[in-house]
Amino acid sequence: MNGGRIGKIQASSKHIIMKRKIIMAGILAAGLLLSFAIPRFNLLDQYVQLVIMYIGINIILTLSLNLVNGYMGEFSLGHAGFMSTGAYVSSLLTVKVFSLGAGTLIFPLAVASGGIAAALLGLIVAIPSFRTRGDYLAIVTLAFNVIVKSVLENIDAVGGARGFLGMDKLTTLPWTFFWTAASIWLIRNLIYSNFGRGVLSIREDETAGELMGVNTQQVKVLVFVVSSFFAGVAGALLAHLIQYINPRSFDIIRSTEMLVMVYLGGIGSIAGSIIGAVTYTFLLELLRPLEIWRMVIMPLMLVLLMIFRPRGIMGLREFFWFVPVRDFMITKKFKGAKADAAAERD
Amino acid sequence: MPLLNVTDVTHSFGGLCALSGFNLSLNPSELVGIIGPNGAGKTTLFNLITGIYRPDKGSIAFGGSELTGRRPYKITSMGIARTFQNIRLFNELTVLDNIRIAHYTGSRYSPVEALLHAGRYRAEERRIIDRSLELLAFFEMDHLSVETAGNLSYGLQRRLEIVRALATKPQLLLLDEPAAGMNTKEIDRLMEFIRWIHSEFKLTILLIEHQMRLVMNICERLVVLDFGVTIAEGTPRQIQDNQQVLESYLGPKNLELGGGLQ
Repeated sequence: MNGGRIGKIQASSKHIIMKRKIIMAGILAAGLLLSFAIPRFNLLDQYVQLVIMYIGINIILTLSLNLVNGYMGEFSLGHAGFMSTGAYVSSLLTVKVFSLGAGTLIFPLAVASGGIAAALLGLIVAIPSFRTRGDYLAIVTLAFNVIVKSVLENIDAVGGARGFLGMDKLTTLPWTFFWTAASIWLIRNLIYSNFGRGVLSIREDETAGELMGVNTQQVKVLVFVVSSFFAGVAGALLAHLIQYINPRSFDIIRSTEMLVMVYLGGIGSIAGSIIGAVTYTFLLELLRPLEIWRMVIMPLMLVLLMIFRPRGIMGLREFFWFVPVRDFMITKKFKGAKADAAAERD
Repeated sequence: MPLLNVTDVTHSFGGLCALSGFNLSLNPSELVGIIGPNGAGKTTLFNLITGIYRPDKGSIAFGGSELTGRRPYKITSMGIARTFQNIRLFNELTVLDNIRIAHYTGSRYSPVEALLHAGRYRAEERRIIDRSLELLAFFEMDHLSVETAGNLSYGLQRRLEIVRALATKPQLLLLDEPAAGMNTKEIDRLMEFIRWIHSEFKLTILLIEHQMRLVMNICERLVVLDFGVTIAEGTPRQIQDNQQVLESYLGPKNLELGGGLQ
């Protein structure tokens, strides 16, 4: 296989792969180190630390929704439902099932369980929902969001409408960093695979995708399950950060907030999801002194963005960091060839 | 044994009968054209073969196995590929990705391997890129690999659509009006092109076309459809002289005035 075209291209890119690996490892190590050092030595204000953790959680949420709305081009309006599933399931695990002392130890498991519970629910929702498309799917998922909220409001075991508390503050900076990095990596991997390209074909032209051999139904369900998993993870992290959840915090407003971050950052882009989540979370905090007015300014900014940049800041584009070296080298080779040809003509 | 066997297929949309009691049999490596006025049921036939529609009655067999009731992607993986009357590329994606998507069925790795970029992922991805670039190079399009498909010229888009169909490794290729929107010169080149892929890829080709010059020149056999039924079948020469065909195309009035199929 090494003799193939891509083998030749890749052989010439050894040093790029090496360099990239070193930088990636550096970023991860620095991030991990900082995430431990900041709380330990109080390098940053508590409030700033909290905002950073919000940003991490929002990045996971935005990636999760971008998978469905941006990459696949469908429209889910009910992701807060999956988020709440993750939040409640993980909280029940840390508060009710395991005694307080063990909470710290089983926290990663609790978060993963929250994600898995949300993924299972995603599977149940996906099968009937994906018989519909576009606007109809939006309505179905919206209805799902309302159902989940009503169900939670009526289960006394989780506090009903009063909400649920008793969680320890288990979401720490290192954990947030770990889950955020893991989400970015996993979702990026999925995008740059056959399944990811199948997802893109659904956005571009579902019928053509199916006729080119893509099992579109399988791809849709897979994407929805993966997406709900990460929404659940984000919910679990949030629950153990604010230590109090109630059904109202997972209503349509929360789903809308996720949509805003996706369309602000850019559809179909990992870099966009990160930028969207960071920008939105920061702005929301920066505009806090304006009190109620920020709810006027934020939407207004969104309106302007939609007019001037309808695909968001990074819409359909990607940082080269996230593009696999193979793909990147091919781009470089052929774009380079084009540039050379242009130079020759001149 | 015929490669494709369409037997007694009937399909209607509400009260409108698009195809009724249609029969067609394709032998391996044949190049057959389907002609007929607009609304005769030609594209419906393609949609039935590829599984987009399910026939009300009748059966469609490919290489001995029944196609009706199968999902389109399954039918594609069995060896039938098609192009569309109005080009349907993945416009926002690169030329290379358009071709890579067509390798979906051929790749063997699980979603978990995809999520972790582990296991069979690397070797498979490498194979897919290799094959895609090879195919593009074969059609002298590899220098356009990273171009966005929607930005290509009309002619190149048509060509890419055929390359994409070939990437699924078909035995049977269905071409839906490949010459639509082309001028005489381009049609000449297209005829060469179709002849070439027909022999190079050892394909059986079924094509729908309005351009008489094209079908008369390259097809070995023609089927004429009108209002969902076959009104004539035979070699291009036989069709050219068929009274019923001339009438359905030109109307009895015009025929008296001395028209004819060119």
